[in-house]
Formats: sequence, structure tokens, C-alpha cells
Amino acid sequence: MAKQHVSFNLNGKSVDVLVEPRELLIHTLRENLNMTGAHIGCESSHCGVCTVDIDGQSVKSCTFLTVQAQGSEVLSVEGLATTDGLHVVQQAFVDEHGLQCGFCTPGMLLRAYRFLQENPNPTEDEIRWGMSGNLCRCTGYQNIVKAVQTAAQKLQQA
Amino acid sequence: MTEVADKQTREDALQGMGCSRKRVEDARFIQGKGNYTDDVKMPGMLFADMVRSPYAHARIISINKEKALALPGVHAVLTAEDLKPLNLHWMPTLAGDVQAVLADEKVHFQYQEVAVVIADDRYIAADAIDLVEVEYEELPVLIDPFKAMEPEAPILREDLVGKMTGAHSERKHDNHIFNWQVGEKDATDRVFEQAEVTVSQDMYYHRVHPCPLETCGCVASFDKVNGHLTLYITSQAPHVVRTVVSMLSGLPESKVRVISPDIGGGFGNKVGIYPGYVTAIVASIVLGVPVKWVEDRMENISTTAFARDYHMTGEIAADKDGRIKALRVNVLADHGAFDACADPSKFPAGLLHICTGSYDIPVAHVNVDGVYTNKAPGGVAYRCSFRVTEAVYVIERTMDVLAQKLGIDKAEIRRRNFIRNDQFPYQTCLGWEIDSGDYHNALEKVLTAVDYDGLRREQEEKRARGELMGIGLVTFTEIVGAGPSRNCDILGVGMFDSAEIRIHPTGSIMARMGTITQGQGHQTTYAQIIATELGIPASEIAIQEGDTDTAPYGLGTYGSRSTPVGGAATAVAARKIKAKAQKIAAHLLEVSEDDLEWEIDRFKVKGAPGQEKTMKEIAWAAYNNVPEGMEPGLEAVDYYDPPNFTYPYGVYLCVIDIDKDTGETDIRRFYALDDCGTRINPMIIDGQIHGGLNEGFAVAMGQEMPFDEQGNLMGNTLMDYFVPTFVETPKWETDYLVTPSPHHPLGAKGVAESPHVGSIPCFTSAVVDAFSHLGVTHMNMPHTAPKLWKKVQELGV
Repeated sequence: MAKQHVSFNLNGKSVDVLVEPRELLIHTLRENLNMTGAHIGCESSHCGVCTVDIDGQSVKSCTFLTVQAQGSEVLSVEGLATTDGLHVVQQAFVDEHGLQCGFCTPGMLLRAYRFLQENPNPTEDEIRWGMSGNLCRCTGYQNIVKAVQTAAQKLQQA
Repeated sequence: MTEVADKQTREDALQGMGCSRKRVEDARFIQGKGNYTDDVKMPGMLFADMVRSPYAHARIISINKEKALALPGVHAVLTAEDLKPLNLHWMPTLAGDVQAVLADEKVHFQYQEVAVVIADDRYIAADAIDLVEVEYEELPVLIDPFKAMEPEAPILREDLVGKMTGAHSERKHDNHIFNWQVGEKDATDRVFEQAEVTVSQDMYYHRVHPCPLETCGCVASFDKVNGHLTLYITSQAPHVVRTVVSMLSGLPESKVRVISPDIGGGFGNKVGIYPGYVTAIVASIVLGVPVKWVEDRMENISTTAFARDYHMTGEIAADKDGRIKALRVNVLADHGAFDACADPSKFPAGLLHICTGSYDIPVAHVNVDGVYTNKAPGGVAYRCSFRVTEAVYVIERTMDVLAQKLGIDKAEIRRRNFIRNDQFPYQTCLGWEIDSGDYHNALEKVLTAVDYDGLRREQEEKRARGELMGIGLVTFTEIVGAGPSRNCDILGVGMFDSAEIRIHPTGSIMARMGTITQGQGHQTTYAQIIATELGIPASEIAIQEGDTDTAPYGLGTYGSRSTPVGGAATAVAARKIKAKAQKIAAHLLEVSEDDLEWEIDRFKVKGAPGQEKTMKEIAWAAYNNVPEGMEPGLEAVDYYDPPNFTYPYGVYLCVIDIDKDTGETDIRRFYALDDCGTRINPMIIDGQIHGGLNEGFAVAMGQEMPFDEQGNLMGNTLMDYFVPTFVETPKWETDYLVTPSPHHPLGAKGVAESPHVGSIPCFTSAVVDAFSHLGVTHMNMPHTAPKLWKKVQELGV
């Protein structure tokens, strides 16, 4: 299969990869670009552990072709923290014990990051619906909800 | 600063036991710097993928690899024929049976491993498995274990024909695996014959899968020069894996290094040894390069480690006041095609005989028959301790049935039968010694917290209006922390666990354990134990697990055994160090050891203020100024063989509303009181309980692995297999009591599995309760909306 060049911005840096047209973004990120924060859980868009942010939308990168990312702004968990420190959602997950095994966490964080821009002052129900594309087997979600609430408050104060 | 304030400051600085210390693991996980098995990348690494059977039972006529081998980037295609010369086409299971690594002449379940393809990358491997041509001849399929035991049933395991003695008993049928009994049959039967009241309830505890978000996988890397095998693996028991790999491969254990890196959830799924691991190892040895195998979600749910699949009958004999006189439990256990249950060797039905529960039952008998069917092997403890979930389910359900028959409230019937506080330690009639508990107080605390009487009044009002509301109540006792080596072993290795603690000259600590965290936060909590024991701040204590080259041998993390066994080893190792530290302190202070007393982080001379040595000062002295004849250094190892199991218990109450028009359920309240003894980190305990409750909710309300008559698994994707999202998941209320275990060095009992074990029968109890006024005594899980809607129609509510 003829490979194609694809260029996009990943966490603020431009990258250029040579991939088969069928290659999925999650594999490009993990295998090619050594960004192993996003994980693979189902390869069918159900679990959300592969969630990254593409052009302002949460995207499950296990069902997104790398060639579709041409020219996009892609944010993965590795790009959440800045030189100023952790992102507010990252700190909130620690403070509220919103993670256990950590496997869903990068996807959860990316979704929370985007969700709180879509809805900066959500109710608990809105959080539960807004985050419902991301599964967690460890936490029973309660502390993740708290983490998103805490992050929402901190972001509003900022 | 006052002395009291000073002590408090020093105590707080330790971040020891009892505080909600934030987790040290989190820093890497929130920044995408975890290191899970699939993150491991090695130079020249190849990828393995499996050719799997579309049939549940078939003879393999031929396998043609040519087209696959011709695909550029394919390095090898291995079948049973290739593994035969190595004697690795079959492997022993933990349950004393054998299991095909790659199907040998026959396939016994759908998705069974038939061939493995090794290729440059996962895309080529996936292409190549489609090019392997396998011709099958279909055979009659057995999915129902009752039919499997019929006289004329087709024989599934031709390799066992004529071998009528199994690992645990005589086999009474070619599809029979074992019969296992415990208790006094005749005495129990006699009580039943003369009892004022008896109840009997059939129930099917359906087949489910733990389904952690990270599937199983490994990277095997064989170094041909040194003959050294390194195996990165998603394993809850890396040391046991090393022993098994050594036994299978013939490599000395010293040349096998097993590393469990970060694990994306285990829940029992990652205890066993799977064909994917074995074939990756073989491929790496043969090809001399690292080989990665990672299963996809369908492979995970279909083939590695189902749980439950118990057809149970619970029977209670009682007097007319509901006081239990005897218990009978009968089980037909569907073990699938190979008996690969993960249980201590002597217990083919695990610890099912904890099924007398929290109750004072004079006599009991348990009978279990294990049966082969055309389903995947497994039988793991899905977030529980070896069939404890089944045990708790059968006793709690049958208690409800008894209460219903006698017209006694389900709280009251439990009150009447609880083991009383003055009876501990309590010897159960099936051979366990329940070390401690406080059942009556726990029950009253929960009933008060939820206003139980008020809920019952509300239910009456709703029933009068034709609405369906149910109240579930469960008062469970677990048995965890396997276990005493006199009755617990895995492949002959006693189920102790271990800790090694080293204090460096500057007073920081490196500690290693034989357990392995999968989200439980061991790096946080073990450090808290050591901090309290040795007076060194937890922040200066590093915990390492999972690398068999460095950690002491241990049996791993499952069955809530880390705190009961590994935690005990940690405390005892710390105390060995403390004893030596006391001698050094006495030497430094020029007093007798007996003149010293411990205070938070230092030894003080009794009655001599200011005469003291902190643990850090002692650590420095351990490397330059020890008493005459003492060896330098400050470290200890402990292999802890527990004298008994621990018995955490809980009282759970669930309030459910059922929509008559749709069958949909609303878990309006779920109140969970747990008593896990001494609490090491309340924040983590709460998190574990939330997670366990949610997994219990999943099992009770939606998870199932249905098979059609041809043995096709009807639900093996996350589209079909229920993993609750944020939206379905109820809100959890938690509460606790503390009844320390009298035999555990810290008084801790383990907690992470209680919420799974206890919540499942509680959901059923609530669902059935919603229909109990209509004569319903039991409904099988999962309690899905379509099933409940049908029930509503059937009853004409």
C-alpha cells in the first residue's frame, strides 16, 4: 500500500509522518510518534481511552484515520501540562482521587478538558452525559464527577 | 511549640496509616507517562496475532499457511504441529487440567487459538491471519452443562477418554471434571427431614467477564546470547508466571525475568497464563527477536478468563421463627472446555464454603460438580476471592427467600441469625474461623441511616398505587487474604507474600513487595504502613513491585490479598528493622534497650527528656556506628504466611424503582457500610468501594455472555457487553465500622472486593423485592429492562 505524508500539529509542534492510508491515528501517535499516553481499549469507539482533541473536538483516535488529521491541531495528554505546571483538570483528578489504574485517565482528561470549554458551568447530570463516551472500570465515576466539578470551579475562578 | 503540637506536626509529616494521602502514582498517569505493556517498544520487535476458530466444536482437517507466509512482512505461522516437538502444544492449568495452547486436532470453543502469525507490525499480522486457511469439520456442540452430563452427550475432551480420575475426584462422565463436597451430608439431610420450615431456590449465576479496559498482552524478548528471557506482561502474579514459564520452557528461573509494568485494571482477568503469552515466548525464542502479543477487545471477552457460570440451589432448614438449622448448597459449575479455574489447588470450587455467611448455622453441606462445555476456559475470581461472590449470592438470596416464606422482614431474619460479637472467633460448620465482626451494630447503623422503616412505609404506599419499588438488603461476610499455606497453594507454592525494606544511610527507604498494583495504589499505601511503623515520611519511601529480578517472591494481587498478606509482610519486615534500630539507639544513647520507648519517629529514653534518637539518626549510625558484633545496614525481608484468612464484612442497602412501562430501573439509593478492619487510606478505600460497587452493578444489571445453540458468543464487544457509563452508574453512599482483625499485624482485612461481592446480591434483592408482594422469590441476573418488562407483563402488574 502506497504510503502518504501527513502533516499536523501535535501538542503545538508540527509533525510529518509517512503512513499507509489505512493507518489509524492512535497507532501513529503510539507507534510512530512515541506518544503512548492515549491507549487502546476497544478499537471500536466505545471506551474512549484513546480520546484526543482535534481542532477543538474530542475524537476517539482508534477510529480516526491518520490521513484525516492533515493540517489539524491535535492535542494529546502529553500536551496538557505547560511550563506553568499541570492543567487544572489534571490537578483536579489527583485532588479528587479521580483515577486508579490510570488506563482511562488520559482520555478522561482530554474529554474533561474539552467538555469544560463546551460547558464551563455544568450540572452533575450534564457532566455525566458529557463524559459518557469515556468508560472507567475502576472508579465508579463518582470521583471523576467530583474532579470535573472541582476543575470547573477552578477554571471559573481563573 | 507545645509538646502536643510538636507531636502532631511530626505525625502529620509522616503521612502514615489512616490519612488520605494523595496518590504518588497519579503524577505519571495524568501526564501520559504510565508504562503499560503495550507501551513497551523494543528494537526489532515483531507482532503476534491469532487465527481463531469460528466454530465452538470442530475437528481441524487441515491448516494451510502458505498464503500467509507469502505475505511480505510475515515471519512465521505457528500451529500445534509446530509446538509439538517442544511439547508446548498443551500446557498445564492452575486447576490440574491441561489446556491446548494452539488447537490440537480439535477446537473446543469459539475463538479458540488455532494458529499464531508473527509479522513486522500489527497491520500485516492482521492481514495474515485472514490468509491462513483452516478447514474444519463441525461437531455437535454442548453449551448447556446439564445436557453435557446426559448419558448420550457427545464427548468433548477426547484427550481425557479413559482417564476417569481427575485432579480432584473420580469423574462420573466423560464431560465431568470433578465432584467436590464439604460439610456433613447425612447430618444436614436429617435436619432438613425434621425441619419446621424449609426453602429451596434455584438460581443461575451467569457467565460474565472482568473486562478491564486494558486487555491482556505481553512482550517476550529472548536474548539468544545469554539465554535470558525477559517477559513484560499484564500479570497480577508475575512471580508465579516466572515459575510457570520456567517449568514450561526448561529455562532456569534465574534466566527468566518477568515484569508486570503498569496494569490497566485486572479484576481477575490477569491471573492466568494464556496461549498468547506462551506463543509469544516460543516465537521470541525461535526467532530471536522480541515479540509482542496484545489481544483486542473481542478476544479479551471471548477467550481470556470468564467468571461465575454457576447453576446453584440454595436450601435452608429453619424453625418457624426463622432461626436457621441447616444449609444445603448444590452447584453445577460450567468450567468450559478446559478446567483453567484460578483457585488454590486444594479448592476446585474456591472458597465457596464461606457460604454460611454472617450467620450462626449449625450444620451444612456443599456439593459441586464441575462440567466441561464448549465455552472458553477460565473461572477466575472477578473482583472477588475465589468464588466468594457465588457463596455470598447463594446465602443472601436464600435468606431472602426464607424471610419471604415466613413473612419476616429481611432485616429481622438476619438479626435473628447473625453470629453474635461474643461468638468470635467463630468456627463455621464448614471449617472456617471467622476472626471478628460486629454484624448487629453494622445492620442497625445502616437501617438508621436510610430510615428503613420509612422506606418500607413508602414502599407500601407505592404498592397501593400499583408502582414498583424494591429494597435490597445484604449482610455479607467475605473470606480474603489467601492464604495460610497449610491449605492454600498455587501449583504447590504456598500462598504467602513478601516484603523487603531497605533503609538508606540518609534515612530514605526502598521497599519491594511480591504483590503488584493494578490501580489499588500500593505505591501510596504500602509507604503509609512503613511510615507509621518506622517513622520515616511516606514521601521518602519508594515502593517497587512487579519485577521478578528485584522483588521478593510473592503470589501477587487478587482475592483482596495485598493488604491482608503483603501488608502484613510489610509491617513485620518493618518491625524487624525497628527491633534492630532499637538496639542501635540503645548503643548510641548508652542505655539498655528496655529503657527506650518509641514515639512517632524516634526512640526516647524513658523519663529523660531530650535523650532520643530519630530513625534517621539511627539509619545513619547503622552504616557507621553499630554495637559490637552487629552487622551494619538496616534492612529486612519478611515472607508472611498468614495464620488465617481475614473476614471483611458489610451491610448494603439498595432502593430501586422500576418503570412498569419500560422495565427500566432507577437505583435511587445505594448505601454501603464496609468494615475492613484498620483503614490505611480512607480516600483510597472509598475509591475502591465506588469501583467495586459499579462492577457489581454491571454484573447484576447488564453483563452477560450469552451463547446460541451453535456455541456462538452473542456479546463480545463493548456494544453488547455492558460496561456502565457515567450515565447509568448510580451514586454511592459509603459508611464504615472498624473491627480490627485480631491476627493481622495491622488489624487490616482488605477491602477492594467487598463492594463487588456484596452489591450483586443486593441489586437482585432489591429487584425481587419490588415484585415480592406478587409472590416472586427470585429472578436471575442480569436484571435488564427487557427482562423486567416481561416480568411485569407476565404478572399483569
